[in-house]
Amino acid sequence: MNDLEAAIKNNSGIIVEDKIREYFPILHQEVNGRPLAYFDNAATTQKPTQVIEALRKYYELDNSNIHRGAHTLASRSTDYFENTRHLVREFINAPSSEEVIITKGTTESINLVASTFGRAFIKKGDEIIISTLEHHSNIVPWQILCEEKGAILKIIPIHDNGELDMEAYRQLLSEKTKLVAVVHASNALGTINPIKDMIRQAHAVGAKFLMDAAQSTAHLDIDVQDLDCDFFAFSAHKVYGPTGVGFLFGKRALLEAMPPYQGGGEMIKEVSFEKTTFNDLPYKFEAGTPNIGDVIAFGEAIKFVNKLGKEAIRDHENLLLKHAVERSSEIKGFIPIGTAKEKVSVLSFGINNIHPFDVGLMLDASGIAVRTGHHCTQPLMDRLQVEGTVRASFAVYNTIEEIDRLIESLKRISKRKN
Amino acid sequence: MSEINRIQEEIIGEFEILGDDKESTIYYIMELGDQLPEFPEKDKVEDNIIKGCQSKVWLTSSLEEGKVHFQADSNTDITKGLISLLIRVLSGQPADEIINADLYFIEKIGMGNIIGSQRSNGLTAMIKQMKLFAIAYKAKINA
Repeated sequence: MNDLEAAIKNNSGIIVEDKIREYFPILHQEVNGRPLAYFDNAATTQKPTQVIEALRKYYELDNSNIHRGAHTLASRSTDYFENTRHLVREFINAPSSEEVIITKGTTESINLVASTFGRAFIKKGDEIIISTLEHHSNIVPWQILCEEKGAILKIIPIHDNGELDMEAYRQLLSEKTKLVAVVHASNALGTINPIKDMIRQAHAVGAKFLMDAAQSTAHLDIDVQDLDCDFFAFSAHKVYGPTGVGFLFGKRALLEAMPPYQGGGEMIKEVSFEKTTFNDLPYKFEAGTPNIGDVIAFGEAIKFVNKLGKEAIRDHENLLLKHAVERSSEIKGFIPIGTAKEKVSVLSFGINNIHPFDVGLMLDASGIAVRTGHHCTQPLMDRLQVEGTVRASFAVYNTIEEIDRLIESLKRISKRKN
Repeated sequence: MSEINRIQEEIIGEFEILGDDKESTIYYIMELGDQLPEFPEKDKVEDNIIKGCQSKVWLTSSLEEGKVHFQADSNTDITKGLISLLIRVLSGQPADEIINADLYFIEKIGMGNIIGSQRSNGLTAMIKQMKLFAIAYKAKINA
């Protein structure tokens, strides 16, 4: 056991709720006169003290622009910045750090691929496949691209339980398919897609595959080489790190063949008014001064997750989800939305006769934070024929007691109309 | 004291009894919404929707014996409760009084804190629409 494990886990390797919560200062407050129960983790997770301290330390001691600096601070911040890239490479098992591009978040990572890979390789009549489960950020960039290029967007339908219709996927794939862009785990429902199988099938028709892993990276083991995905996008802030930082893994041959994303400093080798030559990977895609402090602080989030171990995190979250699902049957008028067999720790639901927003407001009044609405998945809501849902999403620091509070509050809320 | 201000004072008094407990305040507002007269389904059309609200709010008005009457509905209970407060204060008053009304009760009962800044914008849109109706009736009366 490492020091953090020893501090947080019991002898059987199970996470002790009270102990892990000590590392998340934000959780120790009252909201509307009740202890905060934070269940909006699919939107963003809270940050452990290690991350907060790293950010403070960066601005107190190390702040300097990275690369090409002739002084000690510049070299120190560059080392720390590149160390996070290295940690991310290990975290997702990318073959090399050059294939790990630092972005603002999953949305920018996807837009980068749409603007560069799309610009260079998608032509009129080509087909791009996405799914009904996608977040708007994995729909709109492809719509814009298809519009510009005269390409066609195809959508994998879902079953009523929120699982992808894999037979329909097989039928959509053809030699016209140039790219498949699908979410690993649905933000709105929690469905985990059979992504490895989907990637294999896409490759069989010669298509490339982009994984939107915004919702899965904090929960599931990730090995981009084993998955064999061509592109992999995720955000730091959903993995206990700061906002404004994300990553794009791309296979080297593809990244080298793609044109740059934005022009500016950092991404060039030489500039004259006649011609500019572009920098090598990964800098070719990293124009401008990045979010240095937050990137560095994210390194601490990765170390935190690594030390706890994804298996222990998942075990705890699965326990919470199972408990929540079991107890939800006590709530009159409870309508589960998304009941896939394989799910990350997301409980999406409606309450009969009560608008999701009202449920959210009443929960907030009891100190319980959830998200309500369409979760940036309007086409999915249309398919499910709901205006929106209430979504409680669990992280490693949530407790059984908090879930009991959620259930008791929902029972009381439901009574208003059921 | 004008009738509008008398009703505002009444509401402020009711909310004072609730204290600063957010949960009971929200439940109370929702119950007020439950008591609104039923809104005709046929009036739930695009033209009657107030722009600028996050929830759907339908608002219609009528002029009866020189006074402006409002009817409203919403797809969320909290918004329905809020608009029921506005209706209680403004409905049945002369157009001029509505146009010049200073709705100070909203701040006094701490509505911004209860519903958040985005919802407050929606509340402003509702008030604006009610005043616009009053302005239109005033023009009609004077024509």
